[in-house]
Amino acid sequence: MSDEVILLDVYASMFGMRVRIALAEKGVEYEYREEDLGNKSPFLLQMNPVYKKIPVLIHNGNPICESLLILEYIDEVWKDNKSPPLLPSDAYHRATARFWADFVDKKVFDLGRRLWTRKGEEQEAAKKEFIDALKLLEGELGNKPYLGGDKFGYLDVALVAYYSWFYAYEKCGNFSIEEHCPKLVAWAKRCMKKESVAKSLADPIKVYEFTLMLKKKYGLE
Amino acid sequence: MAEVQVYGVWCSAFVRRVEMGLKMKRVEYEYIEEDLKNKSDLLLKYNPIYKKVPVMLHNRNVLVESLIILEYIDEVWEGPPILPKDPYERARARFLAKFIDDKLPSMWKACWSAGEEREKLIVETREALKILENELKGKKFFGGDSIGLVDITANFIAGWFLGLHESVGLQIMTQENFPNLMKWAEEYSGNSFIKENMPDKEKLVAHYKILKTGAQS
Repeated sequence: MSDEVILLDVYASMFGMRVRIALAEKGVEYEYREEDLGNKSPFLLQMNPVYKKIPVLIHNGNPICESLLILEYIDEVWKDNKSPPLLPSDAYHRATARFWADFVDKKVFDLGRRLWTRKGEEQEAAKKEFIDALKLLEGELGNKPYLGGDKFGYLDVALVAYYSWFYAYEKCGNFSIEEHCPKLVAWAKRCMKKESVAKSLADPIKVYEFTLMLKKKYGLE
Repeated sequence: MAEVQVYGVWCSAFVRRVEMGLKMKRVEYEYIEEDLKNKSDLLLKYNPIYKKVPVMLHNRNVLVESLIILEYIDEVWEGPPILPKDPYERARARFLAKFIDDKLPSMWKACWSAGEEREKLIVETREALKILENELKGKKFFGGDSIGLVDITANFIAGWFLGLHESVGLQIMTQENFPNLMKWAEEYSGNSFIKENMPDKEKLVAHYKILKTGAQS
């Protein structure tokens, strides 16, 4: 029996992009379904009744929610594929990778959102904290080619999706991320050379337009 | 120096989770009590980003965040499994554990707040508990026949949340509206290694009574 894999997603979602990258890395064929978050499909509500959010990966009828958990699932299920595992093999390195991925979700997402939705002092404060958070990740990268070490891995997947949002953050916050975190931007560009990343990340201009649309919709201009 | 050290505070459900995991695997460890109002240099060195407990040291490995530590314990030591083997069941267990941690702050606040805010938090808490109640249908534990990741993560509900019910006089979770969860809590707390990792109920209630008076003054 061949696998049936469906991904419920939204083009500009960095969480969805993570899953797209992982599926591409593993060479998994799947059906992509774009959701309209203003009008969620009954199928999405059925598959993720707890949070009603995307992405949701549905594998042979079983729904898996939360992007980082989906990455672990993909790595565990499609582990005999041609590509190397996403998570490190050593338990401590796995714990470290999970820690930093969790940090990305705790800090980078919220601060980034504050950056593009707030103004004035609030925005400046968010900008500073955002840069500090990225600098910590840059420290974790060190002189390695990837956050996963010599090979592109789970933590790279977790963070690189945000690269598609850098342009929007920079335009809204009126600053340059590369100026503060050149090594991190270099790392992101290195990741973009991978086909799985390049074809999974949203166009930064489209992401920026998406934020403009949301700002207008919610009166945040 | 002991091979495994845990930095914690006696009243933290997050710290107790780590201890439960270690005890399940019969791992000996040294416990170091922290004073959160006067954090030790070592704690700040081992967890500079969050400055929180629990912190676990294993040889030279430093681990933080209770759920991450539990996965590490499961991977490193033999013994009863904390996570299921099947990838879908693992994803489901991790999801529910994260869900509990996500809702924990509201559950906590529901015990302490008043008026309209409290009513709102109680509704939110009951919605979260309903999901866990349904999850327990036909099962002794969240992990099935034996205690697993979700049961350990739900220690807060069995020990702390129900403990606060007594001290603050709450009716959020009752036998009537959450029979599965109440049955689970009783079964769960009856386990010897769970019991020894729940803080003394009277001490906890007294501690929170002081905190509550402090919060109101």
